[in-house]
Amino acid sequence: MTPRARLVLGLGSLAALGALLLWAVGGLPDFGHPRGPYADLAPKIMLDERHVTNAVTGVTFDLRGFDTLGEELILFVAALGAAVLLRAQRSERAAEEAAAAEERRGPATTDALRALGAVLVGPVLLLGIYVVVHGALTPGGGFQGGVLLAGALLLVYAAGQVAGVQRVRPVALVEIADAVGAAAYMLVAIAGLVFGVAAMDNVLPLGTTGSLLSGGTVPVLSVAVGVEVTAAVTLILSELVDQMMLRGRE
Amino acid sequence: MSTLQTVCLVAVAVAGTATVLTRDPLRQTVSSGMFGLTLAVLFLAFGAPDVALSQIVVAGVAVPVMVLLALAKIRTDERRSEE
Repeated sequence: MTPRARLVLGLGSLAALGALLLWAVGGLPDFGHPRGPYADLAPKIMLDERHVTNAVTGVTFDLRGFDTLGEELILFVAALGAAVLLRAQRSERAAEEAAAAEERRGPATTDALRALGAVLVGPVLLLGIYVVVHGALTPGGGFQGGVLLAGALLLVYAAGQVAGVQRVRPVALVEIADAVGAAAYMLVAIAGLVFGVAAMDNVLPLGTTGSLLSGGTVPVLSVAVGVEVTAAVTLILSELVDQMMLRGRE
Repeated sequence: MSTLQTVCLVAVAVAGTATVLTRDPLRQTVSSGMFGLTLAVLFLAFGAPDVALSQIVVAGVAVPVMVLLALAKIRTDERRSEE
């Protein structure tokens, strides 16, 4: 195909796609007036029947909590798969040598980056914990807070302290946390079956609307997912970091 | 549509174009992160703070780190094959 024909074909397709998109946008409901009853019903149900002020987290961990169970297990299996695939190529000995070589080489990052990383670790850690535990009250929840917490650990790495990262993310502990988070969600789901009428039934006391422990199982599940996501993301990223460091020295 | 929402939409368009026009993968990581953050502000301006938070952690933390690690891996492999 000549460049000219390719250009004509490309521009033609783009124009067609643009026209379709404009047509679709023209058919959208007005902003703030969604079709269907759920946009109005979900916040009302969450507030009246579950004492949860953040309807999004409420729907995620209660009304559609079963979907979230599946999502959490997907992440769990993904982390497991990444760890198994990446770790098979690494021996304990090589890891020790790499860590020793890294310490001999010293930090490769600039002072500015290391200072910034060190300053940001604390606040990001605090923000992550806040987002996880306040999931039922304000925007946030286990998934978002969990990635923030894993990001705080990454900042330790960005600060150039690989040896430090080895200390703050002992692999065994991260693996246990990953499993504990996933298991806790399963146990809460089963608790509904045992103490309530169905799996995922909200069996805990609902508490006062607006207080930290309101919403029954919603904040519990948020924390469980927070632990699981933190551990899973840390595990995946640290395996990738190890791979990257080891491969250069083989 | 409020002024803030219009400003956000324009910012998303500018950042998206900048990301497409950036050719170097390392620089593109930064510009796509910025694009993700403008999207997060857009979601906030349109009243979806939960989506904005997810957008921040995915576009600001997860994706750039994955891309940076992949780039670093490619570079160490290249250095090894040169040696």
